[in-house]
Amino acid sequence: MNFLLRLMRVKELSIVLVTIVAAIYFTASSSGFNTVGNYQTIAQELAPWAIIAAGEVMLLICGEIDLSAGHVYALTPFVMMLFSVNGAPLFLAVIGAVLVATLIGVINGLIRTVLTLPSFITTLGMAFFLQGMTLIISDARPVAAPTDHWVVEVFGGARWSELLWVLVIVALMQVVLSATRFGVYTQATGGNPLGAAESGIRTNRVKITNFAITSTFAGIGGILQGIRVGSIDPTNGGFNYMFFAVAAAVIGGTALLGGSGTVIGAFLGALLLAMVKIGFNVVGISAIAFNVVLGVAILVAMTLNAGLIMARARLGSRSLT
Amino acid sequence: MTDTNGIPEVIRAEHLSKGFGPVSALTDVNLYVRRGEILGLIGDNGAGKSTLIKILTGFHQPDGGQILFDGEPVHLRSVVHARSLGIETVFQDLALINDLPVYLNMHLSKELVHRPLPFLRRREMRRRAREALDSIGINIPSVTAEVGLLSGGQRQAIAVARAVYSSAKLLLLDEPLAAMGAKESTLILKLLAQLKARGDIAIILIAHNYSQVVDVCDRVNLLQHGEITFDKPTRDTSVTELLDLVHAEYRLNQP
Repeated sequence: MNFLLRLMRVKELSIVLVTIVAAIYFTASSSGFNTVGNYQTIAQELAPWAIIAAGEVMLLICGEIDLSAGHVYALTPFVMMLFSVNGAPLFLAVIGAVLVATLIGVINGLIRTVLTLPSFITTLGMAFFLQGMTLIISDARPVAAPTDHWVVEVFGGARWSELLWVLVIVALMQVVLSATRFGVYTQATGGNPLGAAESGIRTNRVKITNFAITSTFAGIGGILQGIRVGSIDPTNGGFNYMFFAVAAAVIGGTALLGGSGTVIGAFLGALLLAMVKIGFNVVGISAIAFNVVLGVAILVAMTLNAGLIMARARLGSRSLT
Repeated sequence: MTDTNGIPEVIRAEHLSKGFGPVSALTDVNLYVRRGEILGLIGDNGAGKSTLIKILTGFHQPDGGQILFDGEPVHLRSVVHARSLGIETVFQDLALINDLPVYLNMHLSKELVHRPLPFLRRREMRRRAREALDSIGINIPSVTAEVGLLSGGQRQAIAVARAVYSSAKLLLLDEPLAAMGAKESTLILKLLAQLKARGDIAIILIAHNYSQVVDVCDRVNLLQHGEITFDKPTRDTSVTELLDLVHAEYRLNQP
């Protein structure tokens, strides 16, 4: 009973099991799945979702959401090109563009907290605004990404560099969430906003910071992908990537109403989604069916989580009496 | 500032007023509590009890009047500021985070961290939380249990223990006995008696149950229409008198 209890406290348990089962299934179904080349394809697929999700999870836990993250993802590499074309050294252009992304997050956070607009509306407006700005700056055309530079190698050019960034960011954010005061404040802000404020936690500051984090990671993700692909496209990212990130977080066990969730869970969610999507291709199932699987996966994950929470509550109270 | 018995006042409020838009919640509140004393604050719904508590705890700022803490005039800017002076509050909603374990709730916004890397000192916080609960005789099965899994009485006890553990000089309790069964009320009343016995803390207790007020408090104040209209030691009053006072204005056939 004790072991079972402890096992059920591991929030990522169900997602880990499902991921392993899926990996076994695809490996058994096709010799092409378990290859380095295919790992790389999966890594490229999951990277944008996982990097946006690493921030989005923090926002979801503190009771907010950023619908504009996918559009920050699209805009930021164009801002980098804008700085670069106007004479800034590439490294500074990258830093400047990421700072612009951070600033967008701060603005989202300020609109949310100072004007007290719901984050859904705030970031929906921001998303359309950024989409328009991206089309204006890019003249609605893709541009070639910079090449032949050490900065290019670091930011997505070198073979595994995009995945490396993702892993470092996920590890960093998981540590921030589970081992720092800010992580506790993020959970408290989502779990009981009034109680957190009464305890002296500056909940608005927590929210603004998490908006800034989400936007920053989305910006970095956009630059990484643009450089890796070699072409920066104004139709990249968008609502599609953002909702995949939210789906990854939800499948990874994050409560949509705030209070609980983990960054690693969201990463595993992104991994599972990418694996299934690429796995379908490799095995030869039509990619058209992917969204059916995605939809079912989200519903099953939510149902499982709800069931798990109730089971934990029952087990928990039994062990306490 | 000390009274005739030489026991110092922990807090004194003078002419406090507070309005929300056109609604005036408090008009002229004067009150004080001495160290080691439990002051019962009663009043009808909407009399301004919670507003008063939220001013004393720094959550609201008064429109007028002043507050003396340890004899010095203070302007309580925020909950954090009030806490830094030693004013701790147990709010009606307890301000507990259900998804977090007991020990993190006990340290909420006062977490212990390592230096120079600011990582949480979880083991030390668990130890101190257990110690704090033991020292005031609260029996919680595990400090790692999520607070949401505990009973109402246990949650209330944790909220009180958290306030006491932060070496509070003044403890404000906003209806800790509301919505609590007889057994759980007894747990909290015992806890208050124990705190009083320590003699180093002043307590303001908001309550609706006058027999409990008479049992556990040293003095009772009635808040009516934004003013304190009654102030007596509990030994000089009774449940009947308190009930009469609160309900007098609503009596149907007034003389």
